[in-house]
Amino acid sequence: MKKVLNGLMATLMFVSGAAMPAFAGSEDVVVEDAWARASIGVNRPGAAYMIIRNTGDEAVTLTGLRTDLAMMPDIHQTSTNAEGVSSMAPAGEIEIAPGEAVSLEPGGLHAMLMRLQRPMAEGESFSLTLDFSDGGEIMVEVPILGIAARGPEG
Amino acid sequence: MNRRTALKYAFAGIAAIILTLVVGWWQVDGPGAPEQAGLRPVALSEMEFRLTDHAGNEVGPENLIGSPSMVFFGFTYCPDVCPTTLSDISGWLDDLGEEVEGMNVVFITVDPERDTVEAMAEYVGYFHPLIRGWTGPEEEIARAARGFRARYERVPREDGDYTMNHTASVFLFDAKGRFSTMIDYHEPREFAVPKIRRALNKETEGAT
Repeated sequence: MKKVLNGLMATLMFVSGAAMPAFAGSEDVVVEDAWARASIGVNRPGAAYMIIRNTGDEAVTLTGLRTDLAMMPDIHQTSTNAEGVSSMAPAGEIEIAPGEAVSLEPGGLHAMLMRLQRPMAEGESFSLTLDFSDGGEIMVEVPILGIAARGPEG
Repeated sequence: MNRRTALKYAFAGIAAIILTLVVGWWQVDGPGAPEQAGLRPVALSEMEFRLTDHAGNEVGPENLIGSPSMVFFGFTYCPDVCPTTLSDISGWLDDLGEEVEGMNVVFITVDPERDTVEAMAEYVGYFHPLIRGWTGPEEEIARAARGFRARYERVPREDGDYTMNHTASVFLFDAKGRFSTMIDYHEPREFAVPKIRRALNKETEGAT
């Protein structure tokens, strides 16, 4: 039975693999200026930033993140209210209109890397996969800068 | 409708308008206005709290009088706002160079449960050497926050951990401990640096 299931899985994977080029939209997504801050150990969550540009002519929806660096990567939104109090909440799915870009930058949206599996060391990098609603995905190699970095230039 | 009745209506209408205006003023600007959360901090000399700096020294507001001070709240488990604030401040201090010599720059944690003296020491070590990290018992942090009119709140996160909402403004005081101004989160450097310079040079001027 297990063998049959495995075979079935393999067939399914093959079929879905064969369907790859049919993605509408997410193949036109380009990621620029990705960077992250180094972490102190693994107890504190990390953050990564980038610009996600939709160069196509259809809207795309970013549905989630995956990385082996963190067990719970998620896009969060920081907001500061009129009284100067900052708070952070999951941003949910993010739609990017054709020709538009979404910036993940300090004080706004960021890829929050919860449950780090290893420390984020300055000078290293990690791969982050962006999942889109059309089933497409984009893998980004994110360079890790110093803790005090302010942008992709350091 | 005769003339008299019309006049009566007109008077009633005008009275209603005046009443609405008075009530509106009372609630928005007058004594009935709700206490604003974005109030200015009191003078450092009027504050009272006892904390420990990242080198293990006992500290309080009196340590901040005598030199201009820059104080802000945050926590080291904060992935976005706090490292950004600390690196912004480090950048401003770099820009000001020797002008900031002797200035007190203090980061007070709102998360003393995780931010021990050791955690603060390690964290501030990554930023400008003038930045000191203060922590202490929760009640003392609360007393400090009250003085600065800063707010914070513990919020559970979806992974079972927790995060802290907190006031992200940077408070500036002159050498006498009088509140000078504050720098809001993400204020451009063109505004921040002159504000700091003003607090630095305020020694001889009157309070604003």
